[in-house]
Amino acid sequence: MVDIPEHLLKRAAQARAKALGISVEKALAEMKGQEDPTIVSKEPEVIAFEEVPTPAAETPAPVTETPVPVTETPAPAAETISPVKEEHAAETTEKVAAVKIEQKPPAAKAPAPAKVDTPDEVDFAPEVKVTQRLLTVVKAKPIQKPVSEPVDKVNTWPHLMLPEFVSLMAMTAFLILLSAILQAPLLEEANPNVTPNPAKAPWYFLGLQELLSYWDPQIAGVMIPLVLGVVVWMAFPYIDRNPETHPSKRKFAIMFYTFFLAGAGVLTIIGVLFRGPGWNWTYPWIDGIWFDDLLDWIHFE
Amino acid sequence: MQKLSLRDRIKEARVSATDSFRGGKLMSSIFRPGSPFRKGYVDSPRNRSYVVMNNVLYHLHPVKVKRHGVRLSYTLCLGGLSFFLFIVLTITGIWLMFYFRPTELAYVDIQALQTDIAFGSLVRNMHRWGAHLMVLVVFLHMSRVFYHGAYKAPREFNWVIGVILLLLTLLLSFTGYLLPWDQLAIWAVTVGGNMAGYTPVIGAQAKFGLFAGLEATTATLLRFYVLHVLFLPFIIVIFMAVHFWRVRKDGGISGPL
Repeated sequence: MVDIPEHLLKRAAQARAKALGISVEKALAEMKGQEDPTIVSKEPEVIAFEEVPTPAAETPAPVTETPVPVTETPAPAAETISPVKEEHAAETTEKVAAVKIEQKPPAAKAPAPAKVDTPDEVDFAPEVKVTQRLLTVVKAKPIQKPVSEPVDKVNTWPHLMLPEFVSLMAMTAFLILLSAILQAPLLEEANPNVTPNPAKAPWYFLGLQELLSYWDPQIAGVMIPLVLGVVVWMAFPYIDRNPETHPSKRKFAIMFYTFFLAGAGVLTIIGVLFRGPGWNWTYPWIDGIWFDDLLDWIHFE
Repeated sequence: MQKLSLRDRIKEARVSATDSFRGGKLMSSIFRPGSPFRKGYVDSPRNRSYVVMNNVLYHLHPVKVKRHGVRLSYTLCLGGLSFFLFIVLTITGIWLMFYFRPTELAYVDIQALQTDIAFGSLVRNMHRWGAHLMVLVVFLHMSRVFYHGAYKAPREFNWVIGVILLLLTLLLSFTGYLLPWDQLAIWAVTVGGNMAGYTPVIGAQAKFGLFAGLEATTATLLRFYVLHVLFLPFIIVIFMAVHFWRVRKDGGISGPL
């Protein structure tokens, strides 16, 4: 339990003093355990009677006359004195009875600072007119939580737009240079009657075409690209429910993607470089390359 | 007072002419407040915000971005470069459209483009290599996003749009592949179209729809041309708009890790 700040203790003492008709200083002293608690003799007006066997019947009269509302005692309230629960069960019921008489909700039930734990010195006997007690002090917090934490940000201009501009310029320069030295292929005119050997798809489909040479086309050509390539791919964020983003905490996902990347890369490279007439295995350094996209580059040397 | 040299006087005249032009009514009507092209632009936080806010092209960006996101090593600019390559391809593509007919004359047109037309060969090469590069860059962008776990909440849906954009990029590249109407084009598309023919249940229909017939003919050429220059760009621009919009709505760039 936190230390009770002085001003709150004082406020509680004022309330107690008002309820009991004693001075604030005395109430404060009582709460700190420096003085014996004031006993105001007033018989509790018990609403209903029921025989309840109680464990330690050290305390007098009202113990046997446990009122009905006891059953409604909220669990946490009873647990506030849990360490010596057995001995204090009676005491709890008494308190509830007393509070009930006052017709005020049991706002707080605290084991009073001093010697409340020993059953002999029960200070808040049933006849004590308890009105309020301080259970705990809730630390000050804003009622509304801030929605987002402040983030370390920089101005888009110039910190983002300058690198962007430079990279666009670099890309443009690279593309123009590439286009100046590398001629796009243009073979003889399309002729449906003359099939080239091998007939290759665009390079980004060559991994798929390579798969087609292994398996049944319905599996390799359609089911794998359609199911794995599109459905699983699109649904990936909904499949991977791990909220972590750091690579060390999502090793499976990283592994999965890297395997996919490596597989696609190897298949594509095989399709581009290692497949010749009749889709037979060829070595580019022995048999040459059958990849007309890079026609100009291949015949460059 | 020391008499100014000729060079200094020219410089002074130039500065004052520039200032009166930049501060004049014409320039202030064109450029909104905070523009570096206006007179008296100073580097202040307010003006840095205005540069982005008051420009129709720049305001795709927020005024401020997360500090870790501007490091080149974080994104390698791959998303921006994909978009930029799309713009380059649009410009060179429109240029190429002036010299191309999607009929049996297509091949002759390409030959003429390479030999008779100024910069024809260069622009065609740029369009072709740029297209290959765009496929590559989009794929790398997707890999970057994956390795950063940037597809996780709240960005799940933007990943879905991103995959659609990748597929559209592949389709755009594939439809463009046929247009030169040479042996490489027609047989690559035949191989690709036959793959579509293996689709279960609707395979034959898919292939027929793609080829506009049973095999690649000039009807296929026209079909691919319309898809390539009009339909697919139209679709991809819509998806790109949503993609960029969602990047901002989902809280800007992801991370830091």
